[in-house]
Formats: sequence, C-alpha cells, structure tokens
Amino acid sequence: MRSRLLAATEWFDDRTGVPTAWRHFLLEDIPDSAGWAQVFGSVALFLFLVQALTGILLAFNYAPTPGDAYDSLQYVIRNVAGGRLVHGLHHWGSSLMVIVVFLHMAQVFLYGAYKRPREATWIAGAVLLLLTLAFGLTGYLLPWDNRAYWGTVVTAQIVASVPVFGPFLTHLLGAQSGVGVLTFARFYTLHTVLLPLVIVLMIAFHIYMVRRHGITPASIGERKNQRFYPKQAFRDTVAMFAAFTMLFLCAAFLNAPLGRLADPTDTTYVPRPEWYFLFLFQLLKIFRGSLEVVGTVVLPTAAVILLFLIPFVRVPEFLRSHRKLVAGAFVLAVFGIWAGLTATAIVSEPRHTGVSTNDTRAAEWASIPPEQIAGIGYFQAWGCGSCHNLIGGPRKAGPNLSAARLHHRKEWLVHHFNENRRSGANEESASRPSLPQLNALSLFLADLKPDSAKRLQQISSQFTRGAQVYVTGACASCHKVNGAGGGIGPPLNGLFDRRTKDWVEAHFANPQKLSPGSIMPPYRFSPKDRDALMRYLAALPE
Amino acid sequence: MVSSSTHINRRNWFKTTISMLSSLVAGVLAGSAGTYLLGTPEASERESWSDAGDVTKLQAGEPEEITFEQNRVDAWKTRHEKASAWVILNNDGSVTAYSPLCTHLGCAYHWEAGAHAFVCPCHGSAFNMQGNVIAGPAQRPLDRYAVKMQGPRLWLGPIQKSQGA
Repeated sequence: MRSRLLAATEWFDDRTGVPTAWRHFLLEDIPDSAGWAQVFGSVALFLFLVQALTGILLAFNYAPTPGDAYDSLQYVIRNVAGGRLVHGLHHWGSSLMVIVVFLHMAQVFLYGAYKRPREATWIAGAVLLLLTLAFGLTGYLLPWDNRAYWGTVVTAQIVASVPVFGPFLTHLLGAQSGVGVLTFARFYTLHTVLLPLVIVLMIAFHIYMVRRHGITPASIGERKNQRFYPKQAFRDTVAMFAAFTMLFLCAAFLNAPLGRLADPTDTTYVPRPEWYFLFLFQLLKIFRGSLEVVGTVVLPTAAVILLFLIPFVRVPEFLRSHRKLVAGAFVLAVFGIWAGLTATAIVSEPRHTGVSTNDTRAAEWASIPPEQIAGIGYFQAWGCGSCHNLIGGPRKAGPNLSAARLHHRKEWLVHHFNENRRSGANEESASRPSLPQLNALSLFLADLKPDSAKRLQQISSQFTRGAQVYVTGACASCHKVNGAGGGIGPPLNGLFDRRTKDWVEAHFANPQKLSPGSIMPPYRFSPKDRDALMRYLAALPE
Repeated sequence: MVSSSTHINRRNWFKTTISMLSSLVAGVLAGSAGTYLLGTPEASERESWSDAGDVTKLQAGEPEEITFEQNRVDAWKTRHEKASAWVILNNDGSVTAYSPLCTHLGCAYHWEAGAHAFVCPCHGSAFNMQGNVIAGPAQRPLDRYAVKMQGPRLWLGPIQKSQGA
C-alpha cells in the first residue's frame, strides 16, 4: 500500500513537479533567530483564506441589489443553517485581519526587514494593507442597513472633496446623485471581483519576494541553520489556530451588527465608520471649514506616501546606533496617535443606553403609540400580508388596507376579527389572538395612512416585539409612554437614563425588593421578551 | 547539545501538532461550510393556502385546468404569482387537484379527452384520472395539491409529492 502511494506520488511529481516544489517551499533555510515574531504574515494569509471562503459562501445566498441585499442577509442570519456563524466569521474576520496585518507591518518595521534588498517586499506589503482596508470599506455597504448606507454616504462625500480628481472618482463610484443602485453595484463588484483578483496577485508577488530574499536575519552574516518545516511551521500553525479560535468565538457568541434597512430619509441616524476607520473620522473633526480637506485627503495621502517611502528614508547618522530605540519610539508614537484619536471618537459617541441597540435613540417611529407598533408586528407575524397590501403592490386577494374607503372604526375591526374567527372564514390565524393583541392590530389598522404605514414597516422586528410585550403585559394601565397611559407608575420615557439595564431586569422579577412599597406585580418574561421590551423602552424619546 | 533522539522526538511532536491543529481548523471550516450549503433553511412562514375559485360549476369527472394566484415564499422573497392546477370534481363531491407538471422531467402535461388520459408531450408519459402512470417513462403518479373547501370555493395548499410506484 505504502509503496503504491509512493509510486503514485512519484508519478505525479514526475509529471507536474508539484510535490518537489512543495517540499522545496517547506524546507526553506531560515535564520536561527526566526521565531514567534515572524508568524504574523502566515496568520494574515490564513485569515485572507477564511475571508475568501466565508465570502464565497455568503455570496451563494446574497442578492447584490439595494433592499434585496438586506433581505437576503437577514435570510442568511435567520434561516440558513449555520448562516449566522458564516456571516459572523466574515464580519469579525475583517476586523481581525486588519489587526493582524498591522501587527505584521509593525514587526517588519521594528526588525528593519524592509531595508535593502527588501524594498519591493515592503511596497507590495503596503499595497496589501491598502487593499485590506479597501475590502473593509467596500464590504461595509453590502448589508445595506442604515449603518452601511450612511457610512457610505460620508465616504462618498469625502471622495467628492478630493481636489481635482473628486468629480472623476465620484463618477467612477456612481455616486453623482447620491448613494444608490450604481454605487452599490460598484462597491459589490470591487469587493467581490476586482479587489480579490488584485489582492491574490499581490499576495503571490509578496510571498515570492519573501522567498527570494528570505526571512531577515537578526544580524548580518547570521547562519541559516534551521528549516522552515517543522519548527517555524509549528509556530505559524499555533498562531493561526489561536487566531482562528478567537475568530470562531467572536462569530459564535457576538452578534454581527445588522441594523434597520437603509433609510435615506432617516435624518436621526448618526453614521459611524468601522472601528479601524474611527481615527480618520475623528481627524475630520479637528479640521474645519476650508481646512477640512487636510483631514480628509491631505493627511491620509501623506501617510500613505510616507508608508511607501519608508524603505528609502535614511536615518540620520547620530541616531543610527539607537536604531531599535528610534524604530520602537516611532511605532509607539503612531500607535499612540491612533489610539488617542480612536478613544476620543469612542468617548464622544452619542451615549447609548445600557441596552444594546443598533438603532439610534429617538428614531422617527419611537413617538408612535406602542399599540400601533405592536399592530404592525402582528400584521407581519400573522401573515396578513399574503392577502392584504398595506400601501400598494401586486394585486392580492384581500383589500388594500390603507385605501381610504376601507377605514372602519376600531370597534368594527375588533368585531370583524372576532366574527371571522368564529366562522373560520378567510382570515387565518395560527392561534387565537388575545383581546389586547386584536386591540393593537385594530388600532394600527384604524389609523393607517400610506405615509405612516411606510414608516411603521421599517421598524425592526426587535422593536415591534418589544411593543407587543408592552401591549400584552398591559403596562399602559399604570405607566405612560409618550404621554399616553396610566398615571399610577412612573412614565417610561427616559427610563434608561434613570436606571441601569441590570436594575430594570431585576425590577421586573421582584419590584418590591428594589422599590419598597411599589404595587407593581412581578413579571416573568422570557429572556427574549424581556430584552425586546427593554430595547423598545430604551429607544423611546426622552 | 541535544541528543539526536530527543531532537527527532521534538521534530515529530512539531509535525503531529501541525497536522492536528490544521486538520481541526480545516474540519471546523469544512463543517460550517457543509452545514451552510446542505442544511435545510429554517422556514420563516407557515404553509400558505390560496383561493382557487368557485369549483361547483365544474362538470363532475371532467378534468379542467384552472389558474389562480398564490403567494410563494422563495428564500428571502415572497412572490405573488400565477399558478395552475388540473382540478377534477369527483362524483362524490370531493375535489382532486394535480400539480400541472409531469413527474418525469417536469414538462406541462394536458388532458386528452379522446384518450381519457393526461398526456405529457415531452416523453409520452400518460396518467389516468386517478393520477397513476399508464404509459411512458414517468415513475411516480401525479403530485397533488392539499385541498380544502370553504363553501363553494376551493383552497389549495402545498403540493404533496407522490410516492414512487
């Protein structure tokens, strides 16, 4: 058996030379000083491969047009087996890749590995860094949620402000009349066709350069007494494994953000870029007025040019004996500036409440009565949309519900639902809706107008669910939301400015323990209901 | 100086760890990809029924092709589209509704009154009024819609695949 396998390998080697090339690749002589510091390049390559794999998988279930993109991604996350994991790997993988690429660059810089004759290796590496960031920037738009849309609006504005080339670049990005289908198609094609092609060629060139010049020895004339395989390969593998474990845990336990569907009319949304672009975002705030272009274009361009010129910068004579110290201080300074800007940006972020939400507070819809928000939720959950249109659309079996002639009073609707429920006529329902549920649905329908329906349809299901819990829990008998409801308990707008998330959570379970004398009954919500309710309450305007 | 046998042991340990860790990573990735590609997506809506119209005026025992509008969940889209069915009003008043596609390779068949059979033009499969194969390459009887009556109106549900003969 073994000899057969050997014979087959030999045959294959003879015809293709691949096994010999692979052996040659693994058995490269490397300097004795090579060690754990040299693993980052391999980890970056590995993460790229993970991004490629997960990216292809996502594309299998993705509709690359605005609107549909959002629906299909939601489908991936909610319906496809393992879809949440694959999306998580791709999302967090991009962040991890940026981190590792920067670590790799810092190591190469500190070890002076960019110097003659490795200038081309460094420049190819710098291009790879820019390509990695370009992947992040273009991929940001593809979920087509509010975050993606508004983030890209800012990007497009910055591109437009580039002196001389601005209009041409805007034209190339299809953003002349705002971010829309054209920009989306351009970003998608960049992200999935052009950038992958270029980065693969660049990676090949980069690795070829590394092989051509070998790993940089710690000192000139150092002996190359070890081989890449197995010791260095072992270190690389352990590092890749550690990176993958981290990535997998992130993907499995952290939800990749997916906000509401992109809404160009949502003027309350404050766009924030991905964390690794936050420093640029903060930089813009320093330069105002006509100087803004310094922050958006001049400084970043200067930094990129400096990056490319690093191999050609001659360190002054008097510093040369302290080369390592100078390099270390430079890296620290750059990191310090970056960290300072990023931290400032994070601190100055508009305060969110303890409850995590992807949407900004005081969204347009938050002042709508909870019954109506709950109502649209029931409308969607009970599949009313399969027979009724809310606004317009293809002809359906039941009447269009925002048509003016159909407006019935709330009492009529409740009666109508109850009638149909008894006779088992057209309206189907999975289980018998309770009176508060029917009440909410009827209130929503009785007050339905085309523009309000549009607004309601964009409320994400996590908030409609929260409003439903609010309605079915009859919270309004004692509490006020947006000024409507009972006066026995405190009003709930701004609750999370007064209380922490943990406090509210504990309070539901045992009100008297936290507020002695309260007559509020304990509520035992399912964790999902409780979180939805808190998220809804947190989104209310103050 | 390390003795050569410890040196070899160390090398072997490196090699074993490399193959173990990389197979683990590759396994997790392959497993995720496999689940993602081959796993059944969770259905987001329960089965939907469509009103296929008044069938009381059909002539008993005469198959007729009807078209109706249905909502079909297609991954992330719900499509509103036309669909058709071959409907037979049985003598006992019950209704049978066949999916309009031949069970051989999915061509649309039609009713030939003269031959008293559903005949598929593609490869000559033929089915009798009970949906059973009477000629041609088809292996399975015609697929049926789930049916229910509400008053005079026929409601069609999901298509139920027939079992092979």
